[in-house]
Amino acid sequence: MDALLLSLRLALCVSAILLAGGIPLAYWLAYSNWRGKFLLEAIVALPLVLPPTVLGFYVLVAMGPQGPLGKLWHTFFGHGLAFTFEGLVLASVLYSLPFAVQPLIASFESVDRKLLDASSVLGASRFKTFSRVILPLSIPGLVTALVLSFAHTMGEFGVVLMVGGNLAGITRTVSIDIYDHVQSLEYAAANRMALVLLAISFTVLSLVYAVNRQVGSQLGRRLWTPWAAK
Amino acid sequence: MGGEVIAPMLTARVQLRRSNPGAAPFTLDVSLQISPGITILFGPSGAGKSTLLDCIAGLVRPDAGRIAVGDDILFDSHTRVNRRPQERRVAYVFQTLALFPHMSAEENVAYGLDGLPQQERTARVDEILKAFRVDTLRKRRPSEISGGERQRVALARSLVTQPRVLLLDEPLTGLDSQLKSAIVDDLRAWNDARRIPILYVTHSREEVDALGERVIAMDHGRVVGEGLPMDVLEAPRRRRLAQAAGFENLLSGTVVDLREPDGVMRVRLKESLCEIEVPLGYATAGDRVVVAIRAGDILLATAPPHDLSARNVIEGRIIALETRGTLVRARVDCGVEFIVHLTPGATRSLELAEGRRVWLVLKTHSCHFVQE
Repeated sequence: MDALLLSLRLALCVSAILLAGGIPLAYWLAYSNWRGKFLLEAIVALPLVLPPTVLGFYVLVAMGPQGPLGKLWHTFFGHGLAFTFEGLVLASVLYSLPFAVQPLIASFESVDRKLLDASSVLGASRFKTFSRVILPLSIPGLVTALVLSFAHTMGEFGVVLMVGGNLAGITRTVSIDIYDHVQSLEYAAANRMALVLLAISFTVLSLVYAVNRQVGSQLGRRLWTPWAAK
Repeated sequence: MGGEVIAPMLTARVQLRRSNPGAAPFTLDVSLQISPGITILFGPSGAGKSTLLDCIAGLVRPDAGRIAVGDDILFDSHTRVNRRPQERRVAYVFQTLALFPHMSAEENVAYGLDGLPQQERTARVDEILKAFRVDTLRKRRPSEISGGERQRVALARSLVTQPRVLLLDEPLTGLDSQLKSAIVDDLRAWNDARRIPILYVTHSREEVDALGERVIAMDHGRVVGEGLPMDVLEAPRRRRLAQAAGFENLLSGTVVDLREPDGVMRVRLKESLCEIEVPLGYATAGDRVVVAIRAGDILLATAPPHDLSARNVIEGRIIALETRGTLVRARVDCGVEFIVHLTPGATRSLELAEGRRVWLVLKTHSCHFVQE
């Protein structure tokens, strides 16, 4: 159960951070006219195609005692980042970034531009337009972003293994736990955990699709899911 | 001194060049002065009307020019002034209305009044909802009210901020004419007390006739006519404008000769021996021109008419008769094809039928000379 609680705690932290950081990032990506925007778009989408081991490897190197992140962390907190819960959160945030940012971009972009023009000519600042018009009309996108980053973090394996190792109560998440059980031929225990994860994932995805259908039909459009991207 | 406060005039000189890949570059080059009251901006779609409004509202930046309300400069390319839309106090009702779908009518109207104390806000919202007769719908969302009601809410939302100029981009399309004129009446009543310049964009001839105000006609990014609807639209100077103004017959031809003492010139219609007399225009013999004639201005006779003041009598044959409601549309082949509008009664009493020989009678002054 330790592993499950740890996974839940990790997923909650990661989706909260991603929502807070993803909203300004997605706003910028949706509305900026900067020419080099595509570079940042590519970077945000990288975790979708990169093997988790590659991402995990570089994050591990950066977080190591000689790496820039590890050094920085050490000067502030007096200990390293690798193989800690904080390190795991950081790596997971990077890994789940596209799952939060893409649905946000998609829902910000689908807000009718004329509504934004109307808001401007009525005297509203950019912030007011964002908080009173764009955000309320993007609630389905926010839900999708939250749910997908939660689910994706719950199920991640490769990055956790690379960055977190396998420390009980600190970095041993459900997926690592299942792997451990299988390695030691404890199939019954592995099956219990696997079922829990399966149930969670299924529930979460049903939720996403239900919200999508309900709200999508109201707004007359479909929301972003990784399977319908681009 | 006291007396009536006269709202300042809107002056706009706008130059803008846009090149879209795959399309011909579009140039907007206009200069306008809009006095308080309703001015109609008329022209076919693609004439640049909406782009001009976007420039005045500050949503699109012109390449050059100057836009001002009275002495207050909103945009000036020389002194590099370009005020943000938020600071212009120019209200704008879009064709799609752009009401906020997640807010009630009341919340939509109150949206632009954030800086005001609660009490004044409520008072102003109440007043304008009543003036536009939508105070009973205040709690409803845009999706829960009719098209006409949405248009009223959109007008109320933009006028409640007490703008100095109102821009209307075909705000009443899709409404029947009765509903349209009821809304326009309320808008007029509201503006009688304020007298701000209102620029009303439309491409519908019917709306121009209903509003009956000063018209500025635009085409291809330029002003092509200005004045009363009669003067601007009854004798259009450009082909596309003639089409938009409802001239069913646009016939190309060549000027044969000018008869200046009679005030007419003769034009031979393309690929036929038909010659008609039209009022003198700026043309010389041999020029290629277009003649615009309304289908309703053509008389039709079943025997050769004589003793007429009308100078143009052309013989032809009916090739098709189509009934459209209370109107019969006849296609007549006279070497070139004419469209003639008749009443069903006249069609019956003249026993018109396809193949029948007829004579068309055109008054010289119903034939308008149009530039390509």
